[in-house]
Amino acid sequence: MVKNGSEILVEVLVEQGVDTIFGYPGGAVLNIYDALYKNSDRIHHILTCHEQGAAHAADGFARATGKVGVCLATSGPGATNLVTGIATAYMDSIPMVAITGNVGTSLIGRDSFQEVYIAGITMPITKHNFVVRHVEELADTLRSAFRIAMSGRPGPVLVDIPKDVTSAECEFIPAEPVEVHENYDITKEQLETIADMIAQAERPVIYYGGGVETADAGDALLELMRKADIPSAHTMMAIGCIPDSDPLSLGMIGMHGTVSAAWAVERSDLLICIGARFSDRVATNPRRFAPKARIIHIDIDDAEINKNIGVDYAVVSDAENFLQKLLPYVQPADHGQWRAQIEEWRRTLDYIPKDDDSVLKPHQVIKTVAEMAGENAIIATDVGQHQMWAAQYCGCNKIHQFITSGGLGTMGFGYGAAMGAQFAHPEKTVLHITSDGSFHMNMNELATAVSYNLPIITILMNNQVLGMVYQWQTLFYERRYSQTQPERKTDYVKLAEAFGGRGFRVTNLAELRAAMKDALQRTGPVVIDCRIDRAERVLPMIPAGGTVDDIVAD
Amino acid sequence: MQKYILSVTVQNNAGVLARVSSLFGRRGYNIDSLTVSATTDPKISRMSIIVQGDEPILEQVIKQMLKLEEVMRVDHLEEEDSCCSELVFVKLRAETGATRDSIRQLCTLYDAHIIESTDDALIAELSDVPSRIDAFLDVISNFEVIEMSRSGVTAIRK
Repeated sequence: MVKNGSEILVEVLVEQGVDTIFGYPGGAVLNIYDALYKNSDRIHHILTCHEQGAAHAADGFARATGKVGVCLATSGPGATNLVTGIATAYMDSIPMVAITGNVGTSLIGRDSFQEVYIAGITMPITKHNFVVRHVEELADTLRSAFRIAMSGRPGPVLVDIPKDVTSAECEFIPAEPVEVHENYDITKEQLETIADMIAQAERPVIYYGGGVETADAGDALLELMRKADIPSAHTMMAIGCIPDSDPLSLGMIGMHGTVSAAWAVERSDLLICIGARFSDRVATNPRRFAPKARIIHIDIDDAEINKNIGVDYAVVSDAENFLQKLLPYVQPADHGQWRAQIEEWRRTLDYIPKDDDSVLKPHQVIKTVAEMAGENAIIATDVGQHQMWAAQYCGCNKIHQFITSGGLGTMGFGYGAAMGAQFAHPEKTVLHITSDGSFHMNMNELATAVSYNLPIITILMNNQVLGMVYQWQTLFYERRYSQTQPERKTDYVKLAEAFGGRGFRVTNLAELRAAMKDALQRTGPVVIDCRIDRAERVLPMIPAGGTVDDIVAD
Repeated sequence: MQKYILSVTVQNNAGVLARVSSLFGRRGYNIDSLTVSATTDPKISRMSIIVQGDEPILEQVIKQMLKLEEVMRVDHLEEEDSCCSELVFVKLRAETGATRDSIRQLCTLYDAHIIESTDDALIAELSDVPSRIDAFLDVISNFEVIEMSRSGVTAIRK
């Protein structure tokens, strides 16, 4: 059947199982929006306030489902507004297809109105990108985009479509959705070597990351931990894979991870890294990370092996495939002495914040709202102190539940991501945990949540300062608070109401509970302004470049 | 710092050179030279890249290049089992007969050819392995070099 480029785009999206996309119209995508208008029963298009919100929403949708998120923007500024969102997805290996319109092919390269070379701009922040020059290539190019986004280590792919291609016609041949079946070969010898290294270890530790979430390998990992009696620590990208309450869980590792996890890695004689990449927020000092340990690295991306840290042994595989194959080779073990040592570190060294119900302590805020939202709630965060408090105290026990910008650290990510998660799971409670700094970056999307009746609850941890930078200035810059005290007079209650939502201001736990109780009953967005002391710090902390010897814990 | 020769087969698409050079720029790898040219298959191009670094950097360069969708194959060529060559043109000021004779003698020594001659200048051409080109340029710079252009290395496995 003959179809134009815009209809082909819709057909391929439907064919690939896409039912929701996030975007913003404009001149170069008028034909596409016309096709979306005619197909509104097949594709639900969500109109955001800003293309950045659309990109973060597509990202949040992907993180909440494991499926490919799709966003759409017009040429020029529409396309450049996606850039931060695409880079965010790239750094966290999130599958996304970003579609941009461009000026007609005859106008390309002439600095035409709203023309940018978005393929060039996004080259270093996409797995791949395409400029579609002929309508005949469009369908297969889009299918390739989905395949690339999902395959191997997932990531964003951009498809740039000039306006004339969206109106040109050609024969459209339907196809099946792209399916990715990858088989990472692991030899018997590799498995025996690793099993042998595990058997020889007296103080083994597993450190795992987002790759375990992507491969949904939490159960297999827990089986390995129990069988070989190996404690494990997770990165922020792997919150929820294994409950932190498990006796073998050391909690989060890294700059704001637990002290016991840092010491366990420091003293380990075998470190098995699964689906993580020794980032500078975990291996704060790469030359002195796990200094006594032999290191095994399992990652789906071969280029991660020996990138940040030289390792002793490596296997290229997804986490689930590796763990399933390894399990039969591993001998049951008992590292009672090692566990006792870790238990002692836990008891004596781990940071325990002090409760105070008369004010709002960050850890109590997070614990209270997470508990009231329930065990199935999704938590999306922005970036900064509140993000770390959320990571430390949210208590998430499932994957796709804690949604945060880890690699890029994008302030302003949270609201869009929360919307994406809410569209993916209308039945679930979605908490957006943010701060006054991050919220000001993309609070416009509150209007989107009102338009679509999204009951997102924003927990705004308001300390009147740009908290994380403020904390560093306190610790390392002799309290020279350069540009971190914005003196904003924003009234968040009125702001929420002005957008058409509901706002609360709370100063103690009882007020917070009452506001949450109200918010959980509502059908539209709520902002809860939680007043926090600006002196509150994220602890413990290993300073950049530091080791266990430099931990700040009071 | 070592120098490594990489022979890379890529899909002959618009933008593939930009993708490869963007990768090198982004990750801070040092390129000594990079050449791209067609192959007998119009869909495929070959790049010859000289990278400076050490073994871990070489490993990263190869793996990161292989992650690019349009890169089909990356071969690290050892000098002993590959042919590699580079072309250089040098325009030299040569106004007196004595200077011209000295330049001609030096060129003969290095198997370089004088391919253009004007009243006040000569253009020498040399095609050889990069180390010989470096040596030639080293001695020829005793004369006044007006302009110089090197092609970058192209290489193939023996």
